[in-house]
Amino acid sequence: MPDHDRVIQRTATVEQRVEAIQTALDARGMNATEAVEELDHLAQEEWNPKNGARVVARAWVDPPFRERLLANGRAAVAELGLSLPKHHRHLVVLENTATVQNVICCTLCSCTAFTIIGLPPDWYKDLEYRSRVVREARTVLREMGLDLLPEVEIRVWDTTADTRYMVLPAQPPETIGWPEERLAEIVTRDSMIGVARL
Amino acid sequence: MDGMHDMGGRQGFGAVRYTQNAQAFHADWEVRANSLYAFAVRRGIFNMDEYRHAIERMEPRHYLAASYYERSLTSLATLLVEKGVVTHEELEQRARGQFPLAAPSAPGRTNAAARQHFQPGNRVRVRTDHVPGHIRMPGYIRGKTGVVVGVSPAYPFPDAHAHALKADDEPTYDVRFRSEDLWPNSAESALVHVGVFQSYLEPAL
Repeated sequence: MPDHDRVIQRTATVEQRVEAIQTALDARGMNATEAVEELDHLAQEEWNPKNGARVVARAWVDPPFRERLLANGRAAVAELGLSLPKHHRHLVVLENTATVQNVICCTLCSCTAFTIIGLPPDWYKDLEYRSRVVREARTVLREMGLDLLPEVEIRVWDTTADTRYMVLPAQPPETIGWPEERLAEIVTRDSMIGVARL
Repeated sequence: MDGMHDMGGRQGFGAVRYTQNAQAFHADWEVRANSLYAFAVRRGIFNMDEYRHAIERMEPRHYLAASYYERSLTSLATLLVEKGVVTHEELEQRARGQFPLAAPSAPGRTNAAARQHFQPGNRVRVRTDHVPGHIRMPGYIRGKTGVVVGVSPAYPFPDAHAHALKADDEPTYDVRFRSEDLWPNSAESALVHVGVFQSYLEPAL
């Protein structure tokens, strides 16, 4: 017998659910609306790959900085006025070379050093990238447009703890001698994730 | 928990839907969901380990079908209810529809009693732990042997920190595994590095 008394209610849309949370917090005097406007701004304007691009460009033109960056990423980016959240206690910078390709991922969720390389792009958070990049990295990179020579060693870094990673891409030889500001303009987020070369 | 979230090495997924300069956000509600959870963390309502675990506790079919930011808002709502900030009924009234939450939590655990310090170059084995609560050890390294290549500053043990248990700080080690060891005869050659908490590791003989 069907249960005629059962009220079938549809699932609220994601927009309705977000609104419900925000208004519920506001109703408790928590000023969520005010606070999230600031956070919206941070997420959309401040946590930007341009930060990481400045770090990469500096590392290319300033070898002592590059050494400090590879030794202690968190301290080195602070020299450029950049910071990570308190819980990102360590920033490990991974240097790509002609024969080594580092690539970062997060198989358990979608962690990134978002204040430095920007919030992760959609594909980074998708199940396809998370499931496959640790097991068939070469094929995944090729599908994404990066066809590596067989002699290039692939090093995948799974962000499973609160250490954060960023890739230091290899500098294109034709850009040697460019000013730092111009170099920063060619550094892409995807090259700092390690799925692209410059 | 051996949850649906533990995606590393799962087979059957197709090509990455990659575009250059892909966006982090595709709609205003996604930005807002992200900011609301960050707000709750800033207010100290819950910590990042609790947040991650509430995502992992989502019903597996819901987890797989939900977008990244729907998972985020589900975790946020679940924790706000569990912490007594709001009720599920109020959220459903305000949302004018069902508001699916994650499943209740199973018990967590505290730091391993016997923990050893390791140095870069040490060979380590990942313990064969199976736990019902939160854990940051991807299943694909369980019982596997690798080499320490880095040591990170101490951090609260997530298996305890996600469950409001006493969580001592402990270091994490970047451990290098060979993909051929992780998935014998079934992986492309690569070095796979995982950030592994000290409690998950023992010396390899």
